[in-house]
Amino acid sequence: MYQWDFAFLWSYRWLFLNGLGVTVGFTVAIVGFGLVAGLAAALAKLSAFAPLRWLAHAYIEVFRCTPVLVQLVWFYYALPIMSGIEISAITASILALSLYGGSFYAEIIRGGIVSIDPGQPEAAAALGMTPFQAMRRIILPQALKRMVPPLMNQSIIQFKNTSLVSVLAVPDLLYQGQIAAHDSYRPLEVYSAVAVAYFLLLFPLTIIVRQGEKKLSTSD
Amino acid sequence: MDTQSKIEIAGLRKQFGDLVVLKDINLSVDEGQVVALIGPSGSGKSTLLRCINLLVTPNGGQVRVGADSFAFGPGTKLPGTRALANFRAGTGMVFQHFNLFPHMTALGNVMEAPVTVRGKSKAAAREHALALLAKVGLADKVDEYPSRLSGGQKQRVAIARALAMEPDVMLFDEATSALDPELVGEVLGVMQKLASEGMTMVIVTHEIAFAREVADRVIFMRDGVVVEEGPARQVIDAPSEAATQAFLGHFHRGGAAQPVTGAAS
Ligand SMILES: Nc1ncnc2c1ncn2[C@@H]1O[C@H](COP(=O)(O)OP(=O)(O)OP(=O)(O)O)[C@@H](O)[C@H]1O
Ligand SMILES: [Mg+2]
Repeated sequence: MYQWDFAFLWSYRWLFLNGLGVTVGFTVAIVGFGLVAGLAAALAKLSAFAPLRWLAHAYIEVFRCTPVLVQLVWFYYALPIMSGIEISAITASILALSLYGGSFYAEIIRGGIVSIDPGQPEAAAALGMTPFQAMRRIILPQALKRMVPPLMNQSIIQFKNTSLVSVLAVPDLLYQGQIAAHDSYRPLEVYSAVAVAYFLLLFPLTIIVRQGEKKLSTSD
Repeated sequence: MDTQSKIEIAGLRKQFGDLVVLKDINLSVDEGQVVALIGPSGSGKSTLLRCINLLVTPNGGQVRVGADSFAFGPGTKLPGTRALANFRAGTGMVFQHFNLFPHMTALGNVMEAPVTVRGKSKAAAREHALALLAKVGLADKVDEYPSRLSGGQKQRVAIARALAMEPDVMLFDEATSALDPELVGEVLGVMQKLASEGMTMVIVTHEIAFAREVADRVIFMRDGVVVEEGPARQVIDAPSEAATQAFLGHFHRGGAAQPVTGAAS
């Protein structure tokens, strides 16, 4: 019978906290960059300028239809060979995960924008608003309300995806867990603790998202 | 072009793909005049109205409102977004389905364009908006969101929203068609008041009795052409064209006009 022993984990607390910090920092970075990429791609896909639409379409489909782990490895090993520019594991990870997330955000944002009744931009135009003013004052505020819950859900997935960067030896929570597991010969306790840590961070977030969804569905 | 008139449309053509919707429309509306556009579904009334404020870009012809004029057709450059926005700011439009901004209160709807488009101060815009909402009989609804207003109230907010830009002309596209019958009167009342104050108005309507009462001129359209036009009572009471007679025959004489064909609009 296996003797569980969690007490020793205490001596690795700084390692875990470090990893947690990297994980959270990565999440913030890839959600932020991903939203920027997603908004840009969504607006490009709605553009009247066809080449911009095709470009956005190609970006979105390429990143949605390849596994994120493959993208990560490709950005780290293949991109430097192709471009001749050395990039660090951290840069490759942020690039790949942001662009991956951005391709999903783009579809959420575009969907939110096109779900707005065409009478809205028409009324804005009739009042003398420019397309930019109509987007900022009339369309996006309405679309945002519908976009927030799916954007939050996608961001939770992004949070989980950060664990993949451990394959490039980026010292996130999972990577530090691997170190602790090797060091202590107690992978069972260590990986259980890692799983619990992810859960404790994500579970409250999912509750917030669900409550937000409920509030939105009753307010409309 | 006649420089006296407020609105001048000359040789206007519009087609969607292969479908020619407006064929050589000429129209002039004097300052303070009320013109009613009537005609069967699909005759191009809404398209013509949308060409007046360039929500729809014509394929040919000229459009002038006040001092701003644009020409369309081969060899002419399409107006830029700035020029278009400036032009539209001077014409108010009221839609069949209101198109109020649901994320803003009645007051917010009316204040929005003066603040965003004209750069008016919030305080000044608010004061003007409150006066306009009082004018359309909604002084007690200023803080309500559109979802809590009746159709008639929504349309009155939409009229106040358009008036807030102090337009030279007002365009109404079936402003009462989406309303329950008992709510039509309150909106027509506001429109009648505007007309009596001297607003230049072009009204697409199925309210034949209202057109007869309020409009100075009636224009009957069919298949993208003006079939008949003239003084309201003359066109409605004694139409000279067979097509106009047939169309008006679909409406009950006198009372609130309702199309008996039940044509979708
Ligand atoms: N954006 C568009 N794209 C393609 N066809 C259009 C478009 N807008 C209008 N049409 C077509 O143009 C014709 C005229 O439409 P319009 O809306 O001007 O008619 P209407 O006289 O206002 O009719 P109704 O009384 O039903 O409102 C119709 O056949 C319509 O299907
Ligand atoms: Mg119409």
